[in-house]
Amino acid sequence: MNTLGLVIQREYSTRVRKKSFIILTLLMPLLMVALSLLPLWLSTLNDGSVKNVAVIDQTGIYAPLLKSTDLYQFRIIGEQEENKAESRLGNDLFAILHITGDLHENPHAVSITSEKQAPQELQAMIERTLNEKVTRQKLDDLSRSDNIDSEAIARVRSIVEEGSAVSLKTMRLGGDGSVSETSTELATIIGMMFTILIYMFILMYGNMVMQAVLEEKKSRVVEVMVSSVKPVNLLVGKIVGIGLVGITQLIIWGILSGVLFSAVSIFISSPGQAAMMSADMGEFNVEGVMNAVMSVNWLEIGVYFLLFFIGGYVLYASIFAMFASAVDSEEDTSQFMTPVTLIIVFAFFAGFYSVSNPDGPLAFWASVIPFSSPIVMMVRIPFGIPLWEKLLSLGLLYGTFILISVFAAKIYRVGILMYGKKPSWKEMMKWLKYK
Amino acid sequence: MYLETHEVVKQYANHLALNKVSIQVPKGTVFGLLGPNGAGKTTLIRIITRITAPDSGSVMIDGRPSKSDDVYNIGYMPEERGLYKKMKVGEQSMYFAQLRGLSKKDAHRELMIWFKRFNIMDWYNRKVEELSKGMQQKVQFISTVIHNPDLLIFDEPFSGFDPVNTDMVKNAMLRLKDEGKTIILSTHNMESVEELCDNIALIHKSQVVLQGKVFEIRKEHRPGIFRFRILGNDFDFVHPSFEILSREPYHEFIDLRIKKRDGISSNELARLIFDRYEVVSYDEELPTMNDVFIKTVTRDAK
Repeated sequence: MNTLGLVIQREYSTRVRKKSFIILTLLMPLLMVALSLLPLWLSTLNDGSVKNVAVIDQTGIYAPLLKSTDLYQFRIIGEQEENKAESRLGNDLFAILHITGDLHENPHAVSITSEKQAPQELQAMIERTLNEKVTRQKLDDLSRSDNIDSEAIARVRSIVEEGSAVSLKTMRLGGDGSVSETSTELATIIGMMFTILIYMFILMYGNMVMQAVLEEKKSRVVEVMVSSVKPVNLLVGKIVGIGLVGITQLIIWGILSGVLFSAVSIFISSPGQAAMMSADMGEFNVEGVMNAVMSVNWLEIGVYFLLFFIGGYVLYASIFAMFASAVDSEEDTSQFMTPVTLIIVFAFFAGFYSVSNPDGPLAFWASVIPFSSPIVMMVRIPFGIPLWEKLLSLGLLYGTFILISVFAAKIYRVGILMYGKKPSWKEMMKWLKYK
Repeated sequence: MYLETHEVVKQYANHLALNKVSIQVPKGTVFGLLGPNGAGKTTLIRIITRITAPDSGSVMIDGRPSKSDDVYNIGYMPEERGLYKKMKVGEQSMYFAQLRGLSKKDAHRELMIWFKRFNIMDWYNRKVEELSKGMQQKVQFISTVIHNPDLLIFDEPFSGFDPVNTDMVKNAMLRLKDEGKTIILSTHNMESVEELCDNIALIHKSQVVLQGKVFEIRKEHRPGIFRFRILGNDFDFVHPSFEILSREPYHEFIDLRIKKRDGISSNELARLIFDRYEVVSYDEELPTMNDVFIKTVTRDAK
C-alpha cells in the first residue's frame, strides 16, 4: 500500500474506533428524535385522574350541553348545594362553573372558580360549547322575527355550523412548469438544520485536523514520518482521513434518523394511534406534516450538503492545518485562529438572517463567496434556488479550496519542521518561496 | 565511505547553524556526532535525513549525491520521542513499518523478532501514553530499525534508560553494526562513545573542530602522563625531563604518576626509569573522550 493510503487509513481507523466517536454517532440521532418527540409526547400525557367540574346553571339551558370527556366530568348541581361545593373545591372538585343568566342577553353571566388556575384547554372547551349555543339561540331569535327569509337563515345556519375552514397552500413553480406543494415552515426548519449541521461539522472536524497536526508536531512524530512520507501526503492524508470520519458520521446519522423517523411515523399513522393523536392535537394535521416531509427532495439536499460539506471542510481544514503547522503549541494558535473563527461565525449568522429572506442580497452574496458559502447555501437550498447559483457557488468554493490547499501545503511543509519561536505573518509569507 | 557531507552550510534567519561541515562515515562503523548543546548536530542530522535542505554543500551516499529515495534507507530516532501517544504499541510499530515499505506480513514478522528480543511482548496492546519514558524509547528504537535500513541515526538514544536497558540497546546497536549497518550516534554520554564508536566528529560553534578514529584522537590528546608501579619503598629520582605528579605507596610498591616534559620521547623517559628501578607495570594515561571533549570545547572558547 502506498504511504498516502496508509496515512488515510490510520487517521480514519484510530478515530472511528474511539469510544467517544461510537457513542456520539449512535446516540446523537436518538437524542435528536427524542428531543423533537418528547414535547409532543409530554403534551399527550395527563395525570390519569378525571377532574370534576360542578356546574351551577340558573337558566338550565346550558348545563346539559357540556359533555364530559376523559379529563373533565361535568356535574350539574343545584344552587342550594353551592356552599357545600365550595368547601369541596380543591378536594374532589376541581372547579365550579357558574352560569347566572341568559348568555345571549348577557355574555358575561358566566364564571369559573377553581383553586388552581383553570387550564386553557378547559376554558376553550367551555367557551366553544357556550358560543355555539348562543349563536344558535341568536339565529333562532332571528328566524322568529317576521321580516326575514327563512331560507336565508337556514343557509346562514349551515355556514356557521360548517365553519369556514381556510388553509393557505403554498405552491412552487418548478423550472419545467410543474407546480408542487411546498411548505415554507418546513423549508426553514430544514435549512436551519443543515446550516447548523454544516457549521458544527466544519468547526468540529477542522479543529480535529488542527489538533492532529499539532499532536504530530509536538510529539516530533513528524520528524520520523517525513523520512518516509512526503509532507504533502501527510497533510492530504490527514485531511482526507478525518473528512472520511465526518462523512461516516453523517451517513450513520442520516440512516439512523431516517429509520427512527419512519418508525415513528408508522407508529403515529397506525389507525388507533392516529385517532388518539389527532384527538389530542386537535387541529394539528399529522398526516399533512408527514406528507410534506416526504415531499422534500431529500436526495438533492443530501447531495448538495455533501458537496458543500466537502468543499467547506477542506477549505477550513487546510487553513487550520496551515496555522497549526506554523506554531509549537495550542496557545499560540489563537493569533491565527481568531480571524478564521470570526469568518465562520459571521457565515453562521448570515445563514441565520438569510432564512427570513432567502433571496435577499445578504443571502445571495454570502452564499456565493467561498468562505461563507457552504454554511449560507444550505439555508437557501431547501427554498429552491436556480441551478446556476448553486453551480457558481460550488465552482468558486472548489476553486478556492484548491488554491488554499496548495498554499497551505507549502506553509505546512516548512512550518511542520520549524521549532522555536512563533512565526509572524510576514515570515510565513517567506516560507511560500522555499523550495 | 558510506556517507559523506561536503562543506555543508545552513543559515537560519539570524545565525549560521552549519559552517562548511564535512564528515566522512565509513561503511559498517559507528560514528559519533559530538558537540555541546546548540552546536548544530541536529541540523546536520536533519540535512542528512533530508528533512531540511542545505544552503550549499552536498550529501553523498555510497559515493553518489543523495536523492529523495534514500530516506527509505535511513532509520532516524529523534531525541524527542516521535510516537503517537494514543495509539497502541503494536499498531503503531506496524504503521511505521508499513510506511517504510514493509508488507503487512514482513512487518509483523520483524516486529515479533524485536519485541521478543527486547522482552516487551506484553506491551503489544498497551497505549504508548501508559508507558514510561524508557519503555517508549524501546518502542521508538524498534520503529527506527524495523525496516532494516543501511543507515541508522540515533539522537541521544540512551537518555531515560536504566543500566540494564542501556546495555540491551548497546548490544542491539553492535549487532546491527556486525550486520553491516552504518550507525550515526549523537550523544553526550562519552562513555558510550568510547565503547561503541569507531570514529567521531566534534562539532562546535557550527564547525567540525575534531574528526577521526576514536583511538587516534585519544592518543593525540594524551597529556603525556605515565603511570609506573615500581618495587621498593623509596623513589627520589629527579630529572629535568619529567615532573612527579604523585607518589603513593601500595603494599611493597610505589605508584607514580609522572608528567613528561617536552623534548624527550616516551621511550627515553621509560628508559630513564627502567634503568634505575624495578618496574612492575607501566602505562600511559589515555584521556577519556570526556576529557577530549571538554578540552577541545573550552580551548576554543578562549
